[in-house]
Amino acid sequence: MISIKNVRKAFDTKKVINGLDLEIPRGETLVIMGRSGCGKSVLLKIIAGLLSVDTGEVWVDGTEITKLKKKPLNQIRRKIGMLFQSAALFDSMTVAENIAFMLDQHTDLSQQEMRKIVDEKLKLVDLHGVQELRPAQLSGGMRKRVGLARALAFNPEIILYDEPTTGLDPVTCTEINELIRDLNQQLEVTSVVVTHDMHSAFSVGTLMVMLHEGKQLAYGTPEAMINEDNPVLQQFILFGAPDQILNIDNPTLKKFTGRKPQ
Amino acid sequence: MRNPPSESASSNGLAFLIKNRLHSTLSEIGEACRLLAETIFQIFRPPWQFDLLMKQLLFIGFNSLSVVLVSGFFTGMVLGVQGYVQLKPYAVEGSVAQFVSVSVVKELGPMITAFVLSGRIGASITAELSTMKVTEQIDALEVMGTNPVKYLVVPRFLACSIMLPTLTIFSTFAGIFGGYVAVVSLFGFNGYFYVLEVQKNLYVGSVLISLIKATSFGMAIAAVGCYKGFSISTAGGAEGVGTATTGSAVISLITILVLDFVLNHILFNILGLI
Repeated sequence: MISIKNVRKAFDTKKVINGLDLEIPRGETLVIMGRSGCGKSVLLKIIAGLLSVDTGEVWVDGTEITKLKKKPLNQIRRKIGMLFQSAALFDSMTVAENIAFMLDQHTDLSQQEMRKIVDEKLKLVDLHGVQELRPAQLSGGMRKRVGLARALAFNPEIILYDEPTTGLDPVTCTEINELIRDLNQQLEVTSVVVTHDMHSAFSVGTLMVMLHEGKQLAYGTPEAMINEDNPVLQQFILFGAPDQILNIDNPTLKKFTGRKPQ
Repeated sequence: MRNPPSESASSNGLAFLIKNRLHSTLSEIGEACRLLAETIFQIFRPPWQFDLLMKQLLFIGFNSLSVVLVSGFFTGMVLGVQGYVQLKPYAVEGSVAQFVSVSVVKELGPMITAFVLSGRIGASITAELSTMKVTEQIDALEVMGTNPVKYLVVPRFLACSIMLPTLTIFSTFAGIFGGYVAVVSLFGFNGYFYVLEVQKNLYVGSVLISLIKATSFGMAIAAVGCYKGFSISTAGGAEGVGTATTGSAVISLITILVLDFVLNHILFNILGLI
């Protein structure tokens, strides 16, 4: 579904992504992990076409997007929904207007039809009666849910999540993780999740990649990542959030938490 | 102990600083011109969203009307008082109406309106757009397949270009009326004579000059406001928004002054309009 081929991206002299290759098969949920500044969010923005690459190719659903002009790129973007770290809701609009924005811009649906879709998407993210509220009146968790509902409005085939649990309390984090997992199962979409939160990573990911110094350090299923004999990866997983990992009902993980980082 | 820098080293440092500053200024001007060109290109491309334009027209026009009227009125009053006092020793105080009307129509009407709007609207455009940039709302627009220049810049640019000449007409009338109130009430000037003199000295060419200037100022205010709002980096945060907003107000004022000089030269010197 998404294929990254030898991508390089630098800001001035700082090389953020340095020859990255990555495959994200259809229907999988790939978690991108790595230390701050390793290029996780930059990679997500490259997939969304928000940032250009210096060299390399990015294929989304069979189309190479790095050299596309705005119009065909926007056609590809209609297949993509993105949940931003801060939710990025439009302050000047209500929740309903935020969710209906893409429908309003790109379809001829009537107000009534759009209202129906808005209600449907809000139900998917387990929110009710917030249609007329402004983003400033919502809590952090509610904003993320509304952001997710907006990302789902155009029935995307790919959903990109930029640190979906950052800044939320543990209970809300767990709810958001469950929501991401449920949505991926219900809608059968391909998802890419950038996160530092190991609890979140192991809750939602069916595949994982660890970025280090702009390159792929490790790639595989959560189980394979745990058994990967790489000190940088092991330290990241263990020091990331060991207590939370302990709580995951996964025998392999439980076995792993008994190991000490090298 | 470190040696003090030699004279040639410090002059090299200064040259490097000037070169860097010049380079960044020129690249900023280039970026601003690129945004302006894309804005003009997007104005003519469908779909046209008149609801967004109406919202901006209302925000810029209706909300600025009172402050523009008050500024114009008091500027006219000051001109009336100054004009009368300065002309009286030469026994030509009868020309005060001509002095007020010509000054207000050709110069101060568009200028005062532009100054008020650059502080009020230009800064507000920058604050709004830069906040949208740091909170990733502009990225969200792009991901949703909406061109931010078309959606955010075009309505503001058009609204400023339309409302500035409209508000200039109001501020000009307020200025002429302010001059009338000042000279009639303070110096006992003949009100009928004042109105006759204003009518006699008001030419179509003068009004045209006023409107050309006002439209140009409106475009400049919107272009600077939008460019400063878009040019902030996502990591700029609240400090970046503040810096961009202040920068926008300052650059708008300087741009208006420079543009005023250039337009005066072109309209009066080269084209010979009166």
